[in-house]
Amino acid sequence: MSAPSSLSLRLRIWRQRQDEPGGRFLSYPLTDLSPDLSLVEALDRLNQQLLLAGERPVSFDHDCREGICGSCGFLINGQAHGPRSGTAVCQLYLREFSDGQTLTLEPWRARAFPLIQDLVVDRSALDRLLVAGGYVSINIGSAPEANALPVAREQAAQAFEAASCIGCGACVAACPNASASLFVAAKLAHLELLPQGQPEAQQRSLRMREQMAAEGFGACGNQLECSAVCPKEIPSSLISRMNHLARG
Amino acid sequence: MRLDPQLPAGPLAEAWSRRRQDLPLVAPSNRRHFRVLVVGSGLAGASAAASLAEQGYHVRLLTYHDSPRRAHSVAAQGGINAARNYQNDGDSVERLFRDTVRGGDFRAREAGCHRLAEISGSIIDQCVALGVPFAREYGGSLCNRSFGGSQVSRTFYARGQTGQQLLYGVVQALLRQVAAGRVELCPQRDLLDLICLDGVARGAICRHRLTGALETHTAHAVLLASGGYSNVFHRSTNAVRSNASALWRAHRRGALMANPCFTQIHPTCIPSGDPDQSKLTLMSESLRNDGRVWLPRRPGDQRRPDQVPEAERDYFLERLYPSYGNMVPRDVASRRARELCVAGHGVGPAGRSIYLDFEEAIEREGRGVIEERYGNLFAIYERISGSDPYREPMRIYPAPHYTMGGLWVDYHLMSTIPGLFVLGESNFSEHGANRLGASALMQGLADGLFIVPATVPAWLAEHPHPELDEHHPVCREAVEGVRARIAALRSIGGRQPAEDLRRQLGGLLIESCGISRSAQGLRSGLEEVAALRASFDQDLLLVDPGTPLDPELEKALQLQDYLELADLMLRDALAREESCGAHFREEHQSESGEALRRDDAFSHIAAWQWRPDGAPIRHQEPLQFQAISPTARSYR
Repeated sequence: MSAPSSLSLRLRIWRQRQDEPGGRFLSYPLTDLSPDLSLVEALDRLNQQLLLAGERPVSFDHDCREGICGSCGFLINGQAHGPRSGTAVCQLYLREFSDGQTLTLEPWRARAFPLIQDLVVDRSALDRLLVAGGYVSINIGSAPEANALPVAREQAAQAFEAASCIGCGACVAACPNASASLFVAAKLAHLELLPQGQPEAQQRSLRMREQMAAEGFGACGNQLECSAVCPKEIPSSLISRMNHLARG
Repeated sequence: MRLDPQLPAGPLAEAWSRRRQDLPLVAPSNRRHFRVLVVGSGLAGASAAASLAEQGYHVRLLTYHDSPRRAHSVAAQGGINAARNYQNDGDSVERLFRDTVRGGDFRAREAGCHRLAEISGSIIDQCVALGVPFAREYGGSLCNRSFGGSQVSRTFYARGQTGQQLLYGVVQALLRQVAAGRVELCPQRDLLDLICLDGVARGAICRHRLTGALETHTAHAVLLASGGYSNVFHRSTNAVRSNASALWRAHRRGALMANPCFTQIHPTCIPSGDPDQSKLTLMSESLRNDGRVWLPRRPGDQRRPDQVPEAERDYFLERLYPSYGNMVPRDVASRRARELCVAGHGVGPAGRSIYLDFEEAIEREGRGVIEERYGNLFAIYERISGSDPYREPMRIYPAPHYTMGGLWVDYHLMSTIPGLFVLGESNFSEHGANRLGASALMQGLADGLFIVPATVPAWLAEHPHPELDEHHPVCREAVEGVRARIAALRSIGGRQPAEDLRRQLGGLLIESCGISRSAQGLRSGLEEVAALRASFDQDLLLVDPGTPLDPELEKALQLQDYLELADLMLRDALAREESCGAHFREEHQSESGEALRRDDAFSHIAAWQWRPDGAPIRHQEPLQFQAISPTARSYR
């Protein structure tokens, strides 16, 4: 752990109640913070202070706090998940920031992600993309022996990397067109790279891409911001792969 | 009350197949008339919902997350066991069965453990078919690694994210059934009560987290798969919103709670750096395959690890347990670590951590190999601690991780409330007093993929109730009960936030009912819990935020349940006058500090009955061992 010292931060946070059509930024000073505290733990502390002052705490999504459940996510000074690459917000420690810094926290902004309250948005559109076809159609109980179909090590590793997407929505939030292309491309690659997912590959790709448009996600404009902010560092090359295969 | 575990008669092998042949069935055309309510979308809940929907039942799945993919199974790192003997190193169903019974220190049912070992292989088949990208050898076959408490390599894995990949596999199967219209997904629902009619589970009351509405969900069977209760302790490895409420509300409705004091403290977690740290992150047990655990021989040694010469290091697990070394089971490793820290050998802030050192492994295997095996774990460690484990040893310490205790279930996974089935970590079943590494994912999936898909239809076939109307008096009464409970919390008007009280409760519980327990400590724990309950009742601060989304209300409701659960855990630990598995009573240890079991008096499952007025009642289900005779566990 880093040397004991403390820092002060000013958090400028988007506040918008569930029943309000619009919101505003409010600033909150926080002092005497340990650099070993995570940013969401600093938000916990702020919420405790607000509660004691009789004010409504800041709503933000979080759960596992180890970067794997995909619940957390907001913009920090305009950057999805903040300054550290390959890192979800919950894994961001205050040692990344300097004493006296102002951090502007705002929710994901995308047409397909309606705002719920403060930093919380509705990301159920991502699940609906999967419902459209992001699975292997096999009934439980009918599987062949696990080693019956060999899968090359490299192929399995690539499928794993694509499958490691945590569904946080940062890719959509960072994209100027609010496209879900990286999310969809990652799921398609995960399943297409494995023999089990190949039989329905074409149908899956078509349905998921149609659903993406229906949900109000934009088209990919090749800006590749998605990959830059992805906490799992899913490569943007998967989008080219998806588009290439779709053109046949 | 007589507890009938419905165990099969005859030899253990094939007992499950024999039972399945005798279970009643529902004809395919009738299945859509039955409604099944599943609570929780982790491995057990999602796989059960998908399996039953595939069979044709109408399933409704409740989860408090915004998406089923967020359930805490997602965070399991190391792997999943299966007796496939792909490594040709002597594994078999029999051996996995024995390891499980022995690992659980002879406090689990043989029949259940045998069934789990038999099913284990099919789980891997199924998950591969669903598209789970397990690690592969160059030739394309599946890789295995070894885990604590076993001498074979039977753990299948997907880098350090096995839980995530398995969960996505079954969640995708679930979403396919959503697409087919057979599963109705109800996210953002917090379960606050169970609906029972004539003592039979018929549904649940939920609060919609975004609208605040209290909803009634009726069904022909209810499946609880809501996870464990490690968060009753302050700072566990669980997700911070994981809670015990669904389980506890079922308990208050009549489901007996079994072995609540059997809680696992995982030896390798990233220790605390700040008082406001909200949780402890697990570092997979698989790291002990290559990492060596050590502490300085001299108490109070403040030198940096690289300045402590080899001769002055104590590789204490290798010294004490030459045959298992660093791979001893979790309870043993945690206990030894704590003892040495208490004796002043601990390192780091407040002397509350031990080293896990990869220097030798990196020299032997090369950095690339270690990076391939554990890269993501090393990255997690570096992010949290700010220190590079490739250069200096990790600092780790035990943290509450998994609860073997849970709602009592019979061989069919049905609780003492007929029609209420309990799956995965929420039930108490196969792990006895200590769970072996990589067995939680196996059990959750065995329950959801293969066991309840056989036993729930058997229940439905024999209980074709007419559908319960949501305006029935039992439903209305349950809704009013929840409404009154929330109003009572809001009217306290005290000064202490739920979080402050929760920290106090979790802190006292880890001291009195953690790695090491004594009658005296447990008794004072009970007094402290009673005092905290009084503070909660009189001094809880709960501000109405004026919007339905109200995490503070959720915390208060959860804490109210934790306060009652903590009381029961302490009582259970006090009543169990022996040491077994993770339950270590200081009064019952050998001269070398090993646990002393008392099979004469405690070879049973303790199942507690809730009473609204007065102390809970302790029932016993005796354990019989026909295949393995209970011996003292030895990993030396």
